[in-house]
Amino acid sequence: MLILFGMPVAQVLLFGFAIRNEIRDTKIAILDYSRDNVTQEISNKILSSGYFILSDNLFNDKQLEEEFKKGTIKEIIIFEQNFSENLYKTGKANIQLILDASDANLANMVMNYTNSILKDYQKEISAEYSNPPAITTEVKMRYNPELKSVYMFVPGIMAIILMLVSALMTSISITREKELGTMEILLVSPLNPLMIIIGKVIPYLILGIINAAVILLISVNVFGVPVAGSNLLLIGETILFVITALSLGILISTIVSDQQTAMMISLAGLMLPTVMLSGYVFPIENMPVVLQWFSHILPAKWYVIIVKSVMLKGAGFEYIWKETFILAGMTLFFIILSIKKFKIRLL
Amino acid sequence: MDREKIIVAENLTKKFGKFTAVDGISFEVGRGEIFGFLGANGAGKTTAIKMLCGLQSPTSGKAKVAGFDIYKESEKIKKNIGYMSQRFSLYEDLTVTENIEFYGGVYGLKKNVIKEKTKYFLETLQMEEEKNKLLKSLPLGWKQKLAFMTAIIHEPKIVFLDEPTGGVDPLMRRQFWTLIYKSAEDGTTVFVTTHYMDEAEYCGRVSMMVDGRIAALDTPSKLKEKFNASSMHEVFVKIARN
Repeated sequence: MLILFGMPVAQVLLFGFAIRNEIRDTKIAILDYSRDNVTQEISNKILSSGYFILSDNLFNDKQLEEEFKKGTIKEIIIFEQNFSENLYKTGKANIQLILDASDANLANMVMNYTNSILKDYQKEISAEYSNPPAITTEVKMRYNPELKSVYMFVPGIMAIILMLVSALMTSISITREKELGTMEILLVSPLNPLMIIIGKVIPYLILGIINAAVILLISVNVFGVPVAGSNLLLIGETILFVITALSLGILISTIVSDQQTAMMISLAGLMLPTVMLSGYVFPIENMPVVLQWFSHILPAKWYVIIVKSVMLKGAGFEYIWKETFILAGMTLFFIILSIKKFKIRLL
Repeated sequence: MDREKIIVAENLTKKFGKFTAVDGISFEVGRGEIFGFLGANGAGKTTAIKMLCGLQSPTSGKAKVAGFDIYKESEKIKKNIGYMSQRFSLYEDLTVTENIEFYGGVYGLKKNVIKEKTKYFLETLQMEEEKNKLLKSLPLGWKQKLAFMTAIIHEPKIVFLDEPTGGVDPLMRRQFWTLIYKSAEDGTTVFVTTHYMDEAEYCGRVSMMVDGRIAALDTPSKLKEKFNASSMHEVFVKIARN
């Protein structure tokens, strides 16, 4: 009953809050070669718009790559040298926008917002001149220059499929044994309970890894998605995520005792938030703070970040160790909790 | 009774919160005996059997199964017992042979032993023609008989049967009991729970459970004598009324 009435409410709220075509507090960095009062004015205008917050002031272009790989900022605004001089003497000045297009939709939105603020500024100053000065912007979409949506779908699809295969299937297959009564027989046998669980999980581990490999092969060979980073790292992280999902599946199966409930929990409790809140369809940055917090407890969110960083940005382990540790920590937590639950059931 | 005692329970108690499922039961079972555990549904039979098998740990009390302590040596107990639960306990989407092979493997039997056992089981159960059929296509009585055979595939000292004949027709139940007798003759101790009172007559000794306690424990004939009853059913009704 709770599920029947609760579901539509949860869905509407989730969709309503999560699908946002506006941006808010997007983190940007500014590289100002000119440092004059015009660039200062423009920067202030951008930062006071409410859409952006300044995360860093940069001093040279060597920092660009580093900043993006960290993954916190979405845009870097670069003012050319002698910006105001160029603007008022030659009537032309250049701004370069570099965007993190590993999330293509978000990059597009961020670019449009920035552009409209710049146009606004241009209008303001041009009122005073008969021959209005022009600010030209040059946009660079990093990591996904053509804004292909397949680039951002691949990490999301990986997360969803692996979650589905690993967590859902594991929880169903273990609860099935419980339902049939065969689990009791296995527990009475000399087999160690741990071995029984490992035995149940191994097929899905293999299945998950094969699935991941297939998705990767298709996306690389058919859709031309690049793997900029190390393949080995990508595979390692994927195996980690499969194990996280498996341990989640085990946890579910220790809590519930029939297949239907296991399926409901896996689908409604795991799949839905994974699709909505992992940052694969809707950018997490634009969600209300509460949902952002909630997204932190989703393993998929961290995995999506990792895959994007490794595949599209070519980030090495030094950039994603934090996410990796969070995933590993979650896995450990699920396993310990499962063991505890499992023991309590037996007592 | 001077037979070797293979199950000894002393004041075995299991509480679920405030509810006491098994309330201080004590009994002994000798080697090769067919020991019946009778009682209405919810009398605590299944809980008692689960404690002895190591599936649940007792709240208090002591028990030894096959000479091993149920608290400290449950791993050793597991090697010496077979168990058939009241829920059907074979894999429906495996064939007859596959089920036998699987449980043989679970108990670590060697390949040639499993082969022999399979042949022997199929002969005893007259199921040679069905050996490659999926289990779900077989009638319940057949499945129960096969489940019993797989429960003793590793020739355990004791086999625990929890309502093995639930929902099976009388003829099949008779055949089932023939199998039980056969394994008892081979020296296996049989610990069986049931709520069919006619089956109680087949047991060597019977304990009657009412509300988690053992209300009476003796051979069927002595129980009938004591309660001045003509059948075990009458005995049970008289005990339940008091």
